[in-house]
Amino acid sequence: MKPWRFFVPLAVFSAFVGVAAWQLTQPKDEFVHSAMIGKPVPEFAMRAASADRPGLALADLKDGKPKLLNIWASWCVPCAAEAPQLAALQARGATIVGVAIRDRPEDVAAFLDRYGNPFTRIGADDLSELQLAIGSSGVPETFVVDGKGIIRYQHIGDIRESQVPMILEKLAEAGQ
Amino acid sequence: MIAELGLAALWLAAALAALQLVSGFLAARHGGEAAEAELAVLVRPAAIVQGVVCVFAFAMLVCLFARTDLSVKLVAMNSHSMKPMIFKLAGAWGNHEGSMLLWVTVMSAAGALIAIVERRLPERTMQATLAAQGFVALGFYAFLLFSSNPFERLPMPAIEGNGLNPLLQDIGLAFHPPTLYLGYVGLSVAFSFAVGALLTRQVTPEFARAMRPWVLGAWIFLTIGITAGSYWAYYELGWGGWWFWDPVENASLMPWLAATALLHSASVLASRDALRAWSIMLGVVAFSMSMVGTFLVRSGILTSVHAFAVDPERGSFILALLAIYIGGALAVFGLRASTIAEGERFALVSREGALVINNVLLSAILGVVLLGTLYPLLTEALGVRVSVGPPYFDPASAIFALPMLVVMAAGPLLRWRRDRLQRVRRPLIVAGAVALAALLVALALDGPGILPLLGLSLGAGLAVASVLPLRGRNLRRLPLATWGMVVAHLGIAVSLIGMASDTAFSEERLSALRVGETAQVGPWRVTLQSVSPVAGPNWNALEGVMLASYAGGEPARLAPQARSFWAPPQETTESALQTRWNGQLYAVLGKAADGQRWQVRLWWKPFVTLIWLGGLMIALGGVLALLGNVARDLKRRTVQRKAAARRAELAR
Repeated sequence: MKPWRFFVPLAVFSAFVGVAAWQLTQPKDEFVHSAMIGKPVPEFAMRAASADRPGLALADLKDGKPKLLNIWASWCVPCAAEAPQLAALQARGATIVGVAIRDRPEDVAAFLDRYGNPFTRIGADDLSELQLAIGSSGVPETFVVDGKGIIRYQHIGDIRESQVPMILEKLAEAGQ
Repeated sequence: MIAELGLAALWLAAALAALQLVSGFLAARHGGEAAEAELAVLVRPAAIVQGVVCVFAFAMLVCLFARTDLSVKLVAMNSHSMKPMIFKLAGAWGNHEGSMLLWVTVMSAAGALIAIVERRLPERTMQATLAAQGFVALGFYAFLLFSSNPFERLPMPAIEGNGLNPLLQDIGLAFHPPTLYLGYVGLSVAFSFAVGALLTRQVTPEFARAMRPWVLGAWIFLTIGITAGSYWAYYELGWGGWWFWDPVENASLMPWLAATALLHSASVLASRDALRAWSIMLGVVAFSMSMVGTFLVRSGILTSVHAFAVDPERGSFILALLAIYIGGALAVFGLRASTIAEGERFALVSREGALVINNVLLSAILGVVLLGTLYPLLTEALGVRVSVGPPYFDPASAIFALPMLVVMAAGPLLRWRRDRLQRVRRPLIVAGAVALAALLVALALDGPGILPLLGLSLGAGLAVASVLPLRGRNLRRLPLATWGMVVAHLGIAVSLIGMASDTAFSEERLSALRVGETAQVGPWRVTLQSVSPVAGPNWNALEGVMLASYAGGEPARLAPQARSFWAPPQETTESALQTRWNGQLYAVLGKAADGQRWQVRLWWKPFVTLIWLGGLMIALGGVLALLGNVARDLKRRTVQRKAAARRAELAR
């Protein structure tokens, strides 16, 4: 007769393995969901990050048109890799506004000269304040914001070529 | 060529581990006169050669990193020709594949060491132990060879490497993983001993004595690793926090808690022949926690800043290893535990009794941390994403930690087997009075929260109680192990006072300063002198020079930086610290607030350094106890050798 209490550790451990195994078989959602989805972008106003585009404020996001809000920086390599996809999105009718994180005007200008400028406005977020306020943890990230300034979707990391149609779809949904 | 040599060595080591497993198992099972017993001669040599070959494989990897051989995928992904040499070398284990290879290298080296030095245990238990060690190593070799080959070549050599995460380019961090791994692996040896003893049903004081140095060694390294990791997070992340309950921190804390409990119960088993089942159980649990931690960190199943290998396939592999080893060991435990004869009996009020309560409370804290770490996993299965943080961990672990401190204060004063509380009343009253006085002082200073208050009070009481066992003893004749206990317990008290003091009394000031302006935080006045760009080997930074004077005294120079690395591009904060005997000033430079002003974040943290000083004291206590153990063993061996020689003389 084996006392059952000696099997308690095995039972607890088996439960852990079961849950973990089940979790591993689930398609892993690649993204940390922003807790901000469905919430309004908080109040902000930023100076222009480059000479040839105006700055960005909350009012610009509330003009009734859905937009892509792209968080980037000139010192970030994946942002350069993402440039052709942003250009493609712009060519297919997306309005893109940018937020340059902790950047210098001359670096921003050099980056845009080299990789193209798909942005209608670029704000300068020198202390990552807006970035943190909308739950973004790195660069690049892209948010779909509807015409009322509500966050509808958050894309973490650079947008790949295959993801462009998906982003356009999210943008169309936000416009309905 | 070097990469191929390394890979060949790895296959060879795996084959030797398989040989060690089969020969050790058969020899231990049949033993005595059976034909299989002849296999016994193979077990120790297999373990020794396996260790040598595996160390060779790891040396090859380090060599590839030293030369920045960009035709090897791992080097191209994690290194860069412009890095300082020390970080090139550290790059060898600053990634998933390399750190797994380091793990198995340390483990096989430990196996070789037991094979060479361990002569106390019955030979059959020894064979079973080495078989278990070979079995665990085999799983890790399979993992390396089939799903994370560190020696993989690229079809085309890369032009330049990716670099190493700048956060990791820090001398302290270069040696952080190896330290923790030494700890984890020491526990793998304890695990093998426990399994070996279970299989041969020889759970004896000799077994505990053989296991104890390994547990102590592992525990020392874990203590140092956790202390250093905490200090690193404190000065590198620039938030002024020293513990975040991040899954990875928990992954190192859980084995430490289990190892602490194991250490104490193995000591009871070694000297009093009690707590047999506890010791075996904790031996299995301690290594389980190392593996569960590794699994959580490496499978990408939990989101954490440290998760290098976010890869479900690898996660599945580690989970399978976990299920086989830990599940197997726990099943054997369940089947065999009842056949381990009960050890010596003792009353509840006795030193053994205090240690049992201690084991239960440590296990409870372990449960709290494990539950908090796994809770997101459970809720995610139900489709809810949560993150569990300090609001849960702090109070839930304190509930069990605070009574444990009381038991820690009283336990060492009690006698073995049976005692009366009456006898130790006076020292306990002294410690209680000190705790009460500390409580009143803390209340008078400034009403901090309930937990830091209790922490300060119990910390002070424990500090006094932990030196009380020295009363009336001849200090020069006191065994080293007792000194170890006193120093380690005092270290816990010191660390606790530091944590409570920082939580209760630190002051923070965020200000935007023009050059020449001054900010005040606590007793400090800090003046921003200049902000200028500086360039490092692979980063550029803005450096703010500040002059800080404490209570109007001589000003000290601080130079925090905001660094931008360019391979890979990332920004880090290099905080600046000014340490006094009574605390630290912590300064961080932010970005320009507008054209003229700079963001400056300042903290005054009274007695915060006690946290890590305490951690080092705990580790030092472990070292003293280990030295005491080893010295006693050597003495015993010499005596036995002499006795054997004399018997041989007489027989002639």
